[in-house]
Amino acid sequence: MTWVNTIIQGVLLGGLYALFACGLSLLFGVMKVINLAHGDLAVVAAYVALGVITVTHVPALWSVVLVVPIFAVLGYVVQRTLIQSSLNRGPLNTLLVTFGLSIVIENALLQFLSANSHSIPGGTLVTASFNLGSQIQIAYLSLVIFVVAVAVLLGLQYFLSSSKHGRLIRAVADDPEAAQLAGADYRHVFGIAAAIAFATVALAGFAFGLYSQFDPTSGTDLLLFAFEAVVIGGLGSLWGTLAGGVILGVVQQIGAQINPQDQILAGQLVFLVVLVLLPQGITGQRRTA
Amino acid sequence: MSTVSEPLAPSAAARAVRVTRSRRRTWWLGLLALAGVAVLGFLPYVAFSSTTNLLVNVFILIIMASMWNLLAGYAGLVSVGQQAFIGLGAYSILIFAQHGVNPFLGLPLAVLVTAVIGVPAWWLVSRLRTAYFAIATWVIASVCYLLIVRFPSLGGGTGTEIPGALLTMNSNLRLAYTYWAALIVLVASVGGIYILLRSRIGLVLTAVRDDEIAARSSGGRVGRIQQIVFVVAAAGCGGAGALLAISQLNVEPTAAFSVLFSAQMIFATIIGGIGTIEGPIIGAIIFYALQQSLASHGAWYFIILGLVAIAVALWARRGLWGLLADRLNIRVFPVGYWLWPPGQGRRHATQDRTSPKPGSP
Repeated sequence: MTWVNTIIQGVLLGGLYALFACGLSLLFGVMKVINLAHGDLAVVAAYVALGVITVTHVPALWSVVLVVPIFAVLGYVVQRTLIQSSLNRGPLNTLLVTFGLSIVIENALLQFLSANSHSIPGGTLVTASFNLGSQIQIAYLSLVIFVVAVAVLLGLQYFLSSSKHGRLIRAVADDPEAAQLAGADYRHVFGIAAAIAFATVALAGFAFGLYSQFDPTSGTDLLLFAFEAVVIGGLGSLWGTLAGGVILGVVQQIGAQINPQDQILAGQLVFLVVLVLLPQGITGQRRTA
Repeated sequence: MSTVSEPLAPSAAARAVRVTRSRRRTWWLGLLALAGVAVLGFLPYVAFSSTTNLLVNVFILIIMASMWNLLAGYAGLVSVGQQAFIGLGAYSILIFAQHGVNPFLGLPLAVLVTAVIGVPAWWLVSRLRTAYFAIATWVIASVCYLLIVRFPSLGGGTGTEIPGALLTMNSNLRLAYTYWAALIVLVASVGGIYILLRSRIGLVLTAVRDDEIAARSSGGRVGRIQQIVFVVAAAGCGGAGALLAISQLNVEPTAAFSVLFSAQMIFATIIGGIGTIEGPIIGAIIFYALQQSLASHGAWYFIILGLVAIAVALWARRGLWGLLADRLNIRVFPVGYWLWPPGQGRRHATQDRTSPKPGSP
């Protein structure tokens, strides 16, 4: 029964990782860019939400209404300035610029906000839970995060397949120059994709801030988890991303069950195994990295 | 752009074309470099140990930046996980010291150990490119850290001091030995990279940089050469980590496996000039000078250097040395070629550019 509980907790944790991963997956799918500052941006979002709550005393959930749009705008601006100019100069430059951004953000947070860890005060939502049988206890928060993650993935899937902007994004992802010739401004479309990615990062960072403690250095682990979820699930598939997140969450919980020290190690070893045995991820789409 | 790989069909013309390593004669720069090393070698006899200690840290940063530059600037492999080998080098010193090996004898062994570990690590990441490669190396560094902290005998999560000879020997002697060890590793690293790049390996790397498919189809053993470069960079970073452990007398896992080492070597290389041997040396010196002057202001130097590195990566991609070398027409470490058409003066020489364009396909 403990193992059933472990797996359920792992699946729910996987929802959080999938939420982190979908922004990374979207940016990679559209622009072939891995944003190495992804995790640090999530931490910034958590700090901004905390700041909004501390200053205005609104209930925790209301801060999302402010933080997510701010990050969407930020995403558009960062894409049109930094990332687009590094894209024009080749993939190595994008890596260097986003890595530089990651280090700058982390150290700026350390400098201005100290190394102390915080969490977002969520009130009863954070602490409340319900029981399934005698040994399985499910926190409402984990369940809500999982449902939100699935909703975000569903929404993204629908947006990309059915809406006008979604079709534009897919067209630009397939061939930016052809899309440009057909009248689409690919830079603007990249900006929209980045805005969506940053909005999901903000949501994920907020969820993480409710779920656990965070400090300026949390971003590194979050980036690695998000990337691992994307790779385990297989690139270019949002459902693969959810599956990847869930696998990572379950493996981590099993590792933690064996020895609390081993939670992160277990996830990373499984990631390396997948990398060697199934480089295309479990969904197995034949896409070149 | 004319390169030596162009077919020089008529043999008479080919004989008339002169190929040199640099546009001007630069043997005097080589002599100057040797003299510089000799002067540095004598320093412990005349300078205060505070000076030599400072230089040890500069040397370590130059070694790390040069190794990262070899990986990213010449082989196109952007690693964000070289701290794996820095940490493993440091812990090798600890393990050898715990078994009674003098750390200064442990240093070459630590280099060997990290080179050996570099082989399976390369196997894990060899099929990956760009961002995949970067994050996979980062994950390997994280795994190394998580494995090391499991061993209470190695100090667990808090670290421990290096037992044995370092603690008992005369401290002035220890500092002088540390300095010489760092100087030797530095000269071996930079000299080794120079020799590597002037060999056939350097030629293949240049060909890969210009066109990987063409390089493969004309017989360049690209995978093998990237493996060699990766293992050399692992060994070099292992040496840097071992030197860190020896100079600090202890090892601490979070510091030894910190991603900030990657930040240091990347920023130093970018600012100095990626894809040149001189660039990381200049960048490391600038980095260290700024670090010293901003030391009392906490994390500021990482913020400033990070912003400068982003700006350089976007707007001045060849870095400081790239700007200088073009103006002054000098190469301290010439690894490219100049072609001299028959019967014409030096102004007609064309260069096989040694500086890669980072990010060019």
